[in-house]
Amino acid sequence: MQAFLSRSGAWLKGPASSRLLVVASFVLPVLLWALVSYVPFLWHPKVLVEEVGGVDYFQVGMRVDRAEFDDQVKEMREAGEALPAGRPANPIYLPAPHEVASALYTAFTTAPEQRGAPWLHESLWHSIQIIFWGFVLSSALGVPLGILAGTYAGFSRLTEPFIEFFRYLPAPAFGALAVAVLGIYDGPKIAIIFIGTFFQQVLIIANTTRKLDRTLIEAARTLGTRGSRLITRVVLPGILPDLYRDQRILLGWAWTYLLVAELIGTSSGITFFITQQARYQHFDNVYAAIIIIGVIGLGSDLLLAALGRKLFPWDQAQKRG
Amino acid sequence: MTQSGLPSYLEQSDAVRERFARIREREVILEVRNLHKRYPAPGGETEALRDVSFRIHRREFVCVIGASGCGKSTLIRTLAGLEKHSAGEVLLDGKPVDGPGRDRGMVFQGYSLFPWLTVKRNVMFGPQMSGHSFDAAERQARQWLELIGLSKFADSYPHQLSGGMRQRVAIARALVNQPRILLMDEPFGALDAQTRSRMQSHLLDIWRNIDITILFITHDLDEAIYLADRILVLKPHPGEVLEFIEVPVPRPRTPAQFSSPEFLATKARLDALIHPPEAEADHDDDSGDKPSIYRLTDVADSVE
Repeated sequence: MQAFLSRSGAWLKGPASSRLLVVASFVLPVLLWALVSYVPFLWHPKVLVEEVGGVDYFQVGMRVDRAEFDDQVKEMREAGEALPAGRPANPIYLPAPHEVASALYTAFTTAPEQRGAPWLHESLWHSIQIIFWGFVLSSALGVPLGILAGTYAGFSRLTEPFIEFFRYLPAPAFGALAVAVLGIYDGPKIAIIFIGTFFQQVLIIANTTRKLDRTLIEAARTLGTRGSRLITRVVLPGILPDLYRDQRILLGWAWTYLLVAELIGTSSGITFFITQQARYQHFDNVYAAIIIIGVIGLGSDLLLAALGRKLFPWDQAQKRG
Repeated sequence: MTQSGLPSYLEQSDAVRERFARIREREVILEVRNLHKRYPAPGGETEALRDVSFRIHRREFVCVIGASGCGKSTLIRTLAGLEKHSAGEVLLDGKPVDGPGRDRGMVFQGYSLFPWLTVKRNVMFGPQMSGHSFDAAERQARQWLELIGLSKFADSYPHQLSGGMRQRVAIARALVNQPRILLMDEPFGALDAQTRSRMQSHLLDIWRNIDITILFITHDLDEAIYLADRILVLKPHPGEVLEFIEVPVPRPRTPAQFSSPEFLATKARLDALIHPPEAEADHDDDSGDKPSIYRLTDVADSVE
């Protein structure tokens, strides 16, 4: 079966075409977005009013449903009044690519509308700090605990059942509690990231540790390794490449908790920026901010993958990313 | 045996007999006395080893052979200290064995090199663990890499080496600790036939030139006869010693001896011990009924 599959997929192989596929995986969704935005007959369920004509409640720049616009045109024609004019448009929540692109640019170059509101890059920097501290605190505890649980069966039985229970509790549920304990600023946000990451982290890393080839530990023991040196000289270097990969995945999860975390207490960071812009119907800015989150997430992951290849030259799996 | 035209495997030439007499005069390195090993299993207890006793002298090459499930691996892992025995004694130089230690080197069947260390650092691992300085460990490692002919690969990672090379490094890594005995658990089992026979001669070379006693597990009769002074034959379910055979094939060994009468006689005896004809029918492994296979191709599309 394997052979059949790989043969039929042969045209998708090779380094050149694989690079092409990577590019295509980004180009295709953007292309779809551009088609929907720029080709009028594809969707465009609204009409952007350019001339009000005799309709008293129309305003220039207003978006009305196409059916309603057509009704008004018919009515005005029967009444013999000036006809309204307009062009097909998409709803306000779907800005065109060029609008989002220019919003991406202006968000960094022009001051925010409300005085004292943070710039986009300030919001982003705040968010990144929240992620960083939540993830570092979680890892500082979760990685050692995970390794211990994966190495010693007794320790695993002592800790994992409770952690297994706790990880099903949704992190945002602790929002109110976190605010009560840690105040309304960054404390509770970091706590939510921590709660969302830590419990998964212990279980995943314990599992990774357990998957280490027992023969390596046995070989080390026959070579005279004992006690804590088994962990520092064999288990730790043995799992390090997999541990690194786990951490990359967990960092991705930490990002998904970010938006929830930032809504807790006083809204801050990129979430504040997004909710604020949505309130003023600046959806181009909203999309710009969402795209930036994606770019930062993917960019940091690619960076970490490249770093992994440098750090672990012996690990074949790193090459696959 | 005589009706097949072969001499008895018990017949030894004078040189061989003299050699065994000399071996017996050497001190005993490893002594196993009434070793028992029982596992807890779902349906009660499983007995892996029953009353196993034998002695190995200094610089002897002993192979352990037996059908699958005879406890070969359990035996060697117990000797290495990786598993606890239920009863009996394992004495190394007269002292009881407790847990794994540097005095018993081990080479595993799977590739057990540390993938995150270069070849040289793998060999240095043992000396460093016993408190040698980096420089001293490096010096010893270089000597051993020279000896196994892999100096060129000192800075390669294990995944860059072939299977045979990896096992050579594993042997060097075990020997650099200067163990009293080298325990080898089917070390060449995963290699192709050609590499395997090259590794066998290589191992004999090392053994000839170094003060080392070897206990070698295999399921390959030719390999056992080619390498061993004596062959310990185990019976499965539970593992018990059937016979401890002195191999009558003279040394130095060469692949040409594979067809010598002594070799064939020994092989016939091992065959008879491991595959007794009457037990064949009620075996629980591969020797049972052949499965019937449905025709999955066109009836007219015959290959025979």
